[in-house]
Order: sequence, then C-alpha cells, then structure tokens
Amino acid sequence: MPVKQISVFLENKCGRLADVTRAIGNHGINIRAFSIADTADFGILRLIVNRPEDAYDVLRKEGFTVSLTDVIAVQIPDRPGGLADILTLMQEAGVNIEYMYAFVEKVSQDALAVFRVENPKIAIKLLEEKGLKIFSEEEVYNL
Amino acid sequence: MTLYWNEKCECMPRSELRALQEERLRNTVSRVYYEVPFYRRALQERGLGPNDIQTLEDLVKLPFTTKNDLRDNYPYGLFAVPLSEVVRLHASSGTTGKPTVVGYTRQDLDVWAEVMARALTCCGATKQSMIHNAYGYGLFTGGLGVHYGAERIGASVIPVSGGHTKRQIMIMKDFGSTILTCTPSYALYLAEVMEEMGISKDDLKLKGGLFGAEPFSLKMRDQIERRLGLMALDIYGLSEIIGPGVAVECPVKDGLHIWEDHFLAEIIDPETGEQLPPGTYGELVITTLTKQALPLIRYRTRDITMIQPGDCPCGRTHQKIARFVGRTDDMLVIRGVNVFPSQIEEVLLRINQTEPHYLIIVERRGQLDELEVWVEVSEHVFTDAVRGLEHLEGQIRREIEEVLGISVKVKLVEPKTIERSEGKAKRVIDRRQL
Ligand SMILES: [Zn+2]
Repeated sequence: MPVKQISVFLENKCGRLADVTRAIGNHGINIRAFSIADTADFGILRLIVNRPEDAYDVLRKEGFTVSLTDVIAVQIPDRPGGLADILTLMQEAGVNIEYMYAFVEKVSQDALAVFRVENPKIAIKLLEEKGLKIFSEEEVYNL
Repeated sequence: MTLYWNEKCECMPRSELRALQEERLRNTVSRVYYEVPFYRRALQERGLGPNDIQTLEDLVKLPFTTKNDLRDNYPYGLFAVPLSEVVRLHASSGTTGKPTVVGYTRQDLDVWAEVMARALTCCGATKQSMIHNAYGYGLFTGGLGVHYGAERIGASVIPVSGGHTKRQIMIMKDFGSTILTCTPSYALYLAEVMEEMGISKDDLKLKGGLFGAEPFSLKMRDQIERRLGLMALDIYGLSEIIGPGVAVECPVKDGLHIWEDHFLAEIIDPETGEQLPPGTYGELVITTLTKQALPLIRYRTRDITMIQPGDCPCGRTHQKIARFVGRTDDMLVIRGVNVFPSQIEEVLLRINQTEPHYLIIVERRGQLDELEVWVEVSEHVFTDAVRGLEHLEGQIRREIEEVLGISVKVKLVEPKTIERSEGKAKRVIDRRQL
C-alpha cells in the first residue's frame, strides 16, 4: 500500500525550508522522512509526515505550491548489499525509480527507504513477492 | 453553409478591389485637401498636392493622423462637410480631458449599416434572427452600430442596451433571442448570472454572437461558446474610423476580415513609421475610403496586429488582420524586436491551463538587452520530480522564443512572489536606462 508524500516547490532563497518546517511544526505535525532535490534556481522538498492531509492544507494556506504523491516505504535489510539487491530487483522488473531517499529513524535494525516509482502498485507486488516488508500508511505515520 | 451579406463586395477579386481602393483613395485625398485645412497644411508641408496620390504605393507619402490631432481640433475641426450635412454625432469617452467627437453624414450611416450587416451575417444573423443587442446605446458607437446593421438585414432587434442583467436573461429566454451582441466580459457575466438563476443555455435559442470593444482572449471565447451555446466571433472597430464593423471574424475563426472597400489597412513599425510586410506584427493604420463627414488619412489606431498572409477558406477576399496582441502603449522593444506582454501571457495561458501570474523583467547587460520571465508555479503544473519542472521551464522558454523570435530566460518562482496591486499584477519591470 502506497504512502502519501508531500512535495513543496521552493525557490532557492534563504529561510524557505525553515518556513515550511515551522509551519507544519506549529500544527503539531511530525516529519518522518525528507529529501531536497534542487537545481540552480529552485528546489523540491519532499516530506513524509504523520498527517499528510493536514500538512497539505497548512502549506497551501501558507501560500506554497504543494502536491500529494504516492510513494512506497520499503524496509531495507540490514546487511551489505541490502539496498543494491532491491535496486537490482526493480531494475530487472523494469520498474523505473524516479528518486529515492532514506528515513530519518531506523526501524529496529533495518533501514527504511522511500521510493518514488511510476506505478507503486506493481512495485509493491513485486517487492512483497520477494519477501520484502512494505510499510503501510498507518505504520509509517505512527513510527 | 457560407452566407455572405454582400457577396459581390465581400468576394470581389483582389485586382478589382485594388482598383476600387485607388479610385476611392484619390477621392478621399482630394476631399480632405480641399475641405479640411488641417490636411491641406499637412500635405502642403510635404510638398504634396491632391494629384500626387494615385496608387496604393503613394500612400506612404501621406502624413499620419493621431488621436491627438482629433483632440487638437475638438470638436469639429477635422470635419469635411458642413454641419448641416451631419446627421449623427458620437463621442468616445476620453479617459483624460476632452472626448473625441465623430460625425456621420447620411451616406456614412449607410456604409456603417452595410459593414455591420456583413459582420452580423458572419455570425449567422439573417432576416429571421432575433438580435439581442446588449451594447450600450448612446454616445458610444457600439449600440447603434449593431442596431442599424441588424435593421439593414431585416432581423428583429431587441435594443436592450447594458445593465439589468436578470431582466436581460428573462428577455433572451421569453423573446427567443438567437444572436447576442455585447462585450466579451458582459457575455461571461450573463453566463454567470444565468447559472445563478438556474437557467441553462438549452433554455435559450442563442446561435451566434459578436463580441468586441474589449480585448478578447481565446480562453474567453471558449468559455462564452461553451456556457452560452453559441458561435462567438470577434468584432473590431473604433469610433474614429466608423465604430464597430471595421473588421470581423468569419466562421473560420482565424483572423478578422477588414472591409477593404471602405477601410484601407497598413501595418507599420510604431517606432519608425515604416510599413511592414504581411505576417509581421505592428501598429494598424487605417485610411477611410468612403467616409464623408470625418475622413481620416493614415489614422494610427495604436492597436497591434498583423496582416495575415494567404486566402481565407470562407471565400471572402478582403485581407485578414490577426487577433490583437496589444496596444502600442504596452510595447517593449528588446534587441530591436517588438514584444508585447500579451504574447507571453498567451503562451503561459496555454501551458498553465489557468490564469498565469508572471513578471517580465528587461535588463541591459553591456550592450545587450536581456529578457527574463518569472512564472509562478501553480498546482496545475507542479510535479514532485525535478525533471518535470525542468521540462516545464524548457517548454515555456521554447514556446516564448518561438513566438517572439528572441532568446529568453525563464525562472520558476513560488506563488505570491509577484506583487499584485489592486487585483491586477504589474507585468513588466524595465530596468534599462533608455
Ligand atoms: Zn474568412
């Protein structure tokens, strides 16, 4: 089951990242994972939070350009080559990875990573068939 | 089905049309030379007599007429007939100072009714039509212009004029209006009020309409057509020349036929005054060919368009001017190229699918002008992948460059970055020290 990610458009100027995190923090929303992709002119902040719909509303009201995207949260086995195996698996199955990033906190021994792929449902089916743990929304938001 | 009002004139072979224009141009020049002291002096200053203008090529020898010339000669200084011959006066609302006064002889009104009949026929009006004319009646030329054209056709006119929108909708419904004429913004307002009243376009019998006197974007056209269920055509005119009916779209909806047997059109570079070839944007300049009371020579409309090359599939032979891209007052000259904010806006509208917020910044680096366009990223176009936004940036850049023919830098910015003042944003910042 996919997880909701918040994406926020940011110009590359001072303080915007702080503005976003403060805005959601003020509403008691916690960040579970994040990444920033940027170019010379602009950036995209991606967030996994415990209350994505609320975060979406808050940021929109603050005047940010925001979108909700389906991503998958996959448990990466804590052993050498754990991530590489998953990437190979997806590559061989023809699942295109748009981008990925890691969770801030570890779940038990294993790491948790976010994957943005074209078709989350197919990717989830593939990974689960190989015995990998996919985190549900509930699980991720309650980490 | 193609239907003309006056097939002989509207579809006249170009060579015949040209001969007619030259004959009428000679008459007009002679008339203003002998009847209007302002023009006699202007021609004499150039060493020209009435016989020096014989062909269309001689037109460039003639001086321009501007709106200021009309103001300076307020109210009747440019009239070419005694007031006893004038049967109607109209005036354009001057935003500053005195209005511009225009007069018509009986024959002028006849010509006006003729060109308006042609225009109304374009949008499907016939003797059977019920024409709902919501242009203002009065000093403004819109209301009476449509009115006389509609009567010329023999249609039934409802001279409803502006205002009382709910009553207008009731009238449209009860009287069975088939043709609507008003400004495009009023058409959209009618649609809005109709929806509030729970009246659907299917409750009305509207089939066609002429919408003008205001800038009219393609998006507005789509909305008017969809919400009112009619074919919406653009109509152009200005009171100095005659009023509405100078040019009109045909059902092909690709440019406005300018009635060249009465109005001689040129496109000039507004900076240099040089004539520009078809296909190049510039200022529309019109010489009246049949006006009696107020003939005007090379009148600078300050409206920016181009002559569209090529023939129209509708069969009318009169040249077409493109949809207007702006006023000379809005024009920017960047690296020698004329740029209008509306050209950029149209590209953004197409890509953004919503009202774009943008800012045009012109700077001079060394000897070179640089054009930068800031575009606020709306949710319609925002994607979570960098590639998507880079693609958007590139698409905007390429399409603007294609339209303008000069290079441009595009910058995506956050919403509300661009200052809004009283609902309307400031579109251009020119930082060049010219
Ligand atoms: Zn046509």
